[in-house]
Amino acid sequence: MDSFSLLMQGLASAMDPMILLYALIGVTLGTAVGVLPGIGPALTVALLLPVTYGLDPAGSLIMFAGIYYGGMYGGSTTSILLNTPGESASIVTAIEGNRMARQGRGGPALATAAIGSFVAGLIATLMLAFLAPQVVKLALTLGPREYFALMVLAFVTVSATFGDSALRGLTSLFIGLALACVGIDGLTGAARLTYGVPQLMDGIETTTLAVALFAIGEALAVAAMLTPPDGMHKVTGSVSMTRTDWRRSWKAWLRGTFIGFPIGSMPAGGADVASFLSYAAERKLTRHPEEFGKGAIEGVAGPEAANNAAAAGTLVPLLTLGLPTTATAAIMLAGFQQFGLQPGPLLFVMNAELVWTLIASLLIANLMLVVLNLPLIGLWIKLLSIPRPWLYGGILLFATLGTIGVNPSPVELGMLILFGMMGYGMRLYGYPIAPVVVGLILGPMAEQQLRRALSIAQGDWTTLVSTPVSATLLTISAVFLIVPMLMRLRGRGKVLSQVAGDPD
Amino acid sequence: MKHAILGVAFAAALAVPAFAQDYTIMAPANPGGGWDGTARAMQEVLQAEGIAPSVEVVNVPGAGGTVGLAQFVADSAGDPTRLIVGGYVMVGAILTNASPVTLKDVTPIARLTGDTQAIVVPAASDIQTLADLVEKLKADPGAVSWAGGSAGGTDHITVGLLAKAAGVDPTKINYIAFSGGGEAMAAILGNQVTAGVSSVGEFAEQVKAGTMRLLAVSSAERLPGIDAPTIKEAGYDVVLENWRMVAAAPGLTPEQVAKISADMEKLNSSAGWTKLLAERGWTNTYLAGDAFAAQLDADIAATETVLRAIGLVK
Repeated sequence: MDSFSLLMQGLASAMDPMILLYALIGVTLGTAVGVLPGIGPALTVALLLPVTYGLDPAGSLIMFAGIYYGGMYGGSTTSILLNTPGESASIVTAIEGNRMARQGRGGPALATAAIGSFVAGLIATLMLAFLAPQVVKLALTLGPREYFALMVLAFVTVSATFGDSALRGLTSLFIGLALACVGIDGLTGAARLTYGVPQLMDGIETTTLAVALFAIGEALAVAAMLTPPDGMHKVTGSVSMTRTDWRRSWKAWLRGTFIGFPIGSMPAGGADVASFLSYAAERKLTRHPEEFGKGAIEGVAGPEAANNAAAAGTLVPLLTLGLPTTATAAIMLAGFQQFGLQPGPLLFVMNAELVWTLIASLLIANLMLVVLNLPLIGLWIKLLSIPRPWLYGGILLFATLGTIGVNPSPVELGMLILFGMMGYGMRLYGYPIAPVVVGLILGPMAEQQLRRALSIAQGDWTTLVSTPVSATLLTISAVFLIVPMLMRLRGRGKVLSQVAGDPD
Repeated sequence: MKHAILGVAFAAALAVPAFAQDYTIMAPANPGGGWDGTARAMQEVLQAEGIAPSVEVVNVPGAGGTVGLAQFVADSAGDPTRLIVGGYVMVGAILTNASPVTLKDVTPIARLTGDTQAIVVPAASDIQTLADLVEKLKADPGAVSWAGGSAGGTDHITVGLLAKAAGVDPTKINYIAFSGGGEAMAAILGNQVTAGVSSVGEFAEQVKAGTMRLLAVSSAERLPGIDAPTIKEAGYDVVLENWRMVAAAPGLTPEQVAKISADMEKLNSSAGWTKLLAERGWTNTYLAGDAFAAQLDADIAATETVLRAIGLVK
């Protein structure tokens, strides 16, 4: 039987009322936990795992997948409205999305995120259904050197695209890289910069840093203003997207999808990397560069599509190889094993019916999510009409509870406050915040992949450019880094010659 | 009267933990690996057999389990509901990392399972037998890259012992540490490395599907249902078993330790556990009490000797 008829069969069995109910529970829970900072989809699935023991395997796996998709949806809501990214994949959404919300355009921002997630989820799930075996073969040809090159590309594009000054962007990035060195080195097990504090052995928690820099820093900055701003954010214009919004969003959705799916399906990719690269791409390609950093809708549409497409992408290595690439996927793997199913090359053959029902119900869950979320937008943006002192008080409470909820230790709380003050300082002196978090996430990945690549090649640095993929990625990175410098030099040259030609 | 009923209910609520206690099991590794599998298997059986009403698993990955171990010792002292899963890998990791926290800081309860190490190569490799691989290793130890779990773990020790047995300087081996078997598997499947070492169970599906070739297993005898010679049979005197254990928090009273030991005894003798071990292909190597404590001390001493001999511990 070909894939298409198998998918149709899967859709037929997914229409079972019980399966639909499981999917609905999954997406609702997922959206809820995505909204709450600190509780991610991985934790939710882990908590539900023992509960589902004894339930129907297909139903519980479908519920887990619904939670995963729903979490990606819900994560954008707090990023946009409260500038409090609940997980690493929705960090970039906060940059443009929260600006839009502050201009009273929270409705269109949430809508483009929801519809973009739907479009990306739909296309990526279909790609999962029809291309999984081919995609995984491609993904496996990538090794440490290709991953290193990909990380370099992410570093260059990200630091060059955040903020107005490359120097400030790089400074922020290097703060993040320095913070990334804290903890036990993954390759040799040596403790670095931990100063004997056991909580630091784990490294600095990404969500703690992100919540501190974004939410606490923001709250401090608002509190420190001499003249208090208006009582509330005004909702101006329509709650739904305008024609211009649609025109500017759809290409970003598609680009986000085609960036997100392949990166999500790589064994060392991930939704966060995909969302960073999508943001960088949108910023390079936009016709409205002046709006970036001030609330450009493409900057919400692209990354939100990318992180959902990446979520579908991570199911590719999970289902075809039994290889979990994210925490949530890993716990889903445990879910499979709980029911005596071993994801791997034989799963599509041995349990075809289950796999196709799962894929079909992902399509259904995706539809449920958009139906569930679009009407909720009107309700969500009411949050913004809460008077600011209350709103920021709430944000502080929410951020603190989220952080100590995940990691109940005074050290974690201390870090939250310290990084919050750092976030305030960075705001005060005009340093972009996102590159710090990006450095913390990508730093260890880049370091480990570089060291693995060099170790495999016995210290030969030319290995880094010895495959077409890595050489191309590194060349693109070099172009991105050098061309703006040359252009700036030439620009200065023009100005200099003008100055010389003008005696006044 | 009302107060009396409330009082009874309250006393009953307090008394419950005495016969059925909740547990939080820490798997000091990423989800998907052996320790995580052990912790989740325990969770499944403890709940299904009614030994504990509610069991939670938390993952704290990193550095051969020493990150999780340190956090466990720091956070759970004196708490009888907290357990940690660990194993042979942790013994090695504590030594190679010079970890400030060791297994002396927890209360070992019992050894639960063991499994055999497997040496594989990608299906596309020209290496057909262990002898081929060792020949390459002898020619240029650095040119043979090995993918496996964290540095100083069972996988690493297996490679070191094999090199030593084959007369190759074990300090020259090119071992690439990945966090967890899954990540190492991607590198092997993608032909990024020469060979891979992990537990037999972790590679089983791939070997069955023909994407990897199983060269040898590390048990003393051939394994039933697995078509591969032992390392010893292939001519190198290496026999190694990776065991997994469960330990409790430090600072417990003897009564608390007895309660946990009794629960683990119940787990081990349950039908659900036997069935699950058979499904996962794990061997039951249950050993508890003083016998386990003595065995653990002996293993730690032996591992230290091995790690020093092969140059992993200076």
